Amino acid sequence: MKSSLKIRSAKSKAFEILIIVFAFLITVPLLAIIYFVLKTGISKISWNFLTNIPKPVGEIGGGIANALLGSILIVAVAAVIAVPFGILCGIYLSENKNSRIARWSRLAVDVLQGTPSIVIGIVIYFWIVKPSGTFSAISGSVALAIMMLPIVIRSTEETLKLIPATLHEAGFALGLPYHKVILRIIVPCGISGILSGVILSVARIAGETAPLLFTAFGNPYISANVLRPMQSLPLLIFNYATSPYDEWHDLAWGASLILLIWVLLLNIGTKLITSKWKIQL
Amino acid sequence: MIEESLVTQNIKPAKKIFSYKTIRFEGAFRRSLVIVALIIIAVVAGIFLTLSVQSIPSLKSLGIGYLWGRTWDPVSNEYGALPFLLGTLMTSFLALIISVPFSYAIAIYLGEYNTKGWLSGFLKNIVELVAAVPSVIYGFWALVIIVPMVRSIEIKIGAAPYGVGIFTASVVLAIMIIPYAASLGRELIRLVPGSLKEGAYALGATRYEVLKNVTLPYTKSGLFAGLLLSLGRALGETMAVTMVIGNTSMMPDSIFSPGNTMASVIANEFTEAAHTVYLSALIELALVLFIVTVIINMIGKSIIKRFSAE
Amino acid sequence: MENTIISSRNFNAYFGNVHAVKNVNIDIPKNNVVAVMGPSGCGKTTFLRCINRLHELTPGATSNGKMLLNNEDVYELSPILVRFKIGMVFQRPNPFPNLSIYDNVIAGYKLNGIKLQKKERDQIVESSLTKAALWNEVKDTLHKKGTFLSGGQQQRLCIARAIAMEPEVLLLDEPTSALDPISTASIEALLYELKKNYTLVLVTHNMQQAARVSDRTAFFYLGELAEYNVTKEMFTNPKDKRTQNYITGRFS
Repeated sequence: MKSSLKIRSAKSKAFEILIIVFAFLITVPLLAIIYFVLKTGISKISWNFLTNIPKPVGEIGGGIANALLGSILIVAVAAVIAVPFGILCGIYLSENKNSRIARWSRLAVDVLQGTPSIVIGIVIYFWIVKPSGTFSAISGSVALAIMMLPIVIRSTEETLKLIPATLHEAGFALGLPYHKVILRIIVPCGISGILSGVILSVARIAGETAPLLFTAFGNPYISANVLRPMQSLPLLIFNYATSPYDEWHDLAWGASLILLIWVLLLNIGTKLITSKWKIQL
Repeated sequence: MIEESLVTQNIKPAKKIFSYKTIRFEGAFRRSLVIVALIIIAVVAGIFLTLSVQSIPSLKSLGIGYLWGRTWDPVSNEYGALPFLLGTLMTSFLALIISVPFSYAIAIYLGEYNTKGWLSGFLKNIVELVAAVPSVIYGFWALVIIVPMVRSIEIKIGAAPYGVGIFTASVVLAIMIIPYAASLGRELIRLVPGSLKEGAYALGATRYEVLKNVTLPYTKSGLFAGLLLSLGRALGETMAVTMVIGNTSMMPDSIFSPGNTMASVIANEFTEAAHTVYLSALIELALVLFIVTVIINMIGKSIIKRFSAE
Repeated sequence: MENTIISSRNFNAYFGNVHAVKNVNIDIPKNNVVAVMGPSGCGKTTFLRCINRLHELTPGATSNGKMLLNNEDVYELSPILVRFKIGMVFQRPNPFPNLSIYDNVIAGYKLNGIKLQKKERDQIVESSLTKAALWNEVKDTLHKKGTFLSGGQQQRLCIARAIAMEPEVLLLDEPTSALDPISTASIEALLYELKKNYTLVLVTHNMQQAARVSDRTAFFYLGELAEYNVTKEMFTNPKDKRTQNYITGRFS
């Protein structure tokens, strides 16, 4: 009896150790990536790097200014499109738990969340790029906006669902019309959850490449024209990393470091907002 | 002393602000909420429709049989998608198999052994960061670090030393999908009712035995759903896979062959697809990918819903 | 009846097919405190919420009959106008969590877009908080968030917020049921002061509270108005058998 107890305890302990080892092994590739990108990328970064566009093959120097500007513009426009839509849809879903439209809408959000990003890029190609005759930053932004929607909608809905109905009633009892109750009481009350959903969605799409392959397409020159093709950091990394030229690889490493830092900062930002701004209900 | 009569005289709100404008705006606001919800439905319907419509040329001239055609040769107008179906299945399932021990270990560790505290918070953050790293960066890093490793393995076992291929893509994919099953699994394990576990402990079970006989069976369907979600993610992953899978259209004959997945062939050849049937064949691949991924995700989600409703 | 301010005639309220309030006829006189009592599910809260037209916000909720405020049917006026004239305080204190105490009091004006000068705003805030017996406790912390107050203080803040709108009638839905006895006592004292300027309709679960605080009491049972009388009379000499049973504790 006693020896079998010993064996069972030993088994349990061994299992625990096995679990701990396997669980923490995930830090290896992550730290390896961060270390490698940092090490290889940091030497490529300079003021020159950030303010110049890529030079033709063979010439030294050059930078990623076009991709930096492009990324910021494409992501900003995507956010401008997705945020109002997403928040309004989230409001609708939290206010209407059971209507038919709400149920189909939630289903649509679920489907959208699981849709591969390249599929969205293809569809936007047919919706915007082909009819307009040109690749454009705005088509890329629309594709990214569609990817942002499920996250914004879901986090808005979940945040607002937590707000007790009695707050709605307090607003109505003061003579407020419906839109003021929602926009001036309920939404401000849930603003931290909504905001963290927005930042999370931006973090999610900031590094996306596939939706931009056939929409924004990329541009070797710096441009702020959203109706024309535009370069973006992930596109640049993809194209230059898979090219045969060493100088282009260097650019890709520098760009990777910038992109990684950007995405990590956004993720950390989300966490800070959720913890610091929690409004006591 | 407050001049109450003045106050009440001047600003009785009932008289001040009532306007029909308010009522009109209220109605407009309510309507716009409904419209937005309908737009979301329309977008999803539109995605499905566009993919279907654009696949028609390929369906008409190639028929559904192209899905198991073995040769993909756009130059001679032969389109058989089997290499890509195989490539997708092989990479996704291999990635899933590789990732399972790690994602389950994380789920069990964070859900059972160490639910609070700084070490658990640390691991949680690490897992979230793994999910946050952009796909291109995984691909680029894998190109430079993983590919040479795989190449040396291939040399040792006598396979052709491509470095790139199905196996490499599966390894990268495995790393990328760990967070999905891990975070879902953690939530499920954490929510196992304490009373259930205590019953087993009270009978003298060890921690391992409680896990094996109570916790894991209880969360079985939920953990399976987590696998489905990871699988859905793996199926749709494009960039990292494209960069290390070798991009050939030949049928893969081992896990070390180079190959292509549905997503990666679309990424590579979409802009070169000059004529209708070629493009349409690619779109049909996208349609299949869309349908399969969505179905897998929906099954996973419905299992989770049923699980949390109990 | 002296100076009726609110009266209902053949008033009915429904939740879908459920007939929650049945044919209620009641006259509420000005500057009175009227307590509305009854067992759980008797329709008292539903009836209260019909007075300021909050009832119709629930999906599927309907009503018919006349509900008169100063002889005007509130169901023919705009609901927003009605709610300016009839304020409400809820069972659980619900100050707006992201607004300061100051902003909570003038929320009715601010959120409705009514422009006021700073002097007017300050006057309203001070006057309302004074009337709600909260001014001295919060006058130095007006900028702090309302949720930092105790339950009783939060409820008084909600009362201040409601009376800042200068309503004629104040509806209170079990305002002290979520509070401790001391806060309850202070709010009951407050109600006595408030009736000088307002008419109060108070739903309560607590018979002793009704007896302490109200001038008249209405007893609801299964959706009907079973008895309505001067409070003293009602409790010492209830005429309806249902009222007798309730008061003597036959059912809760």
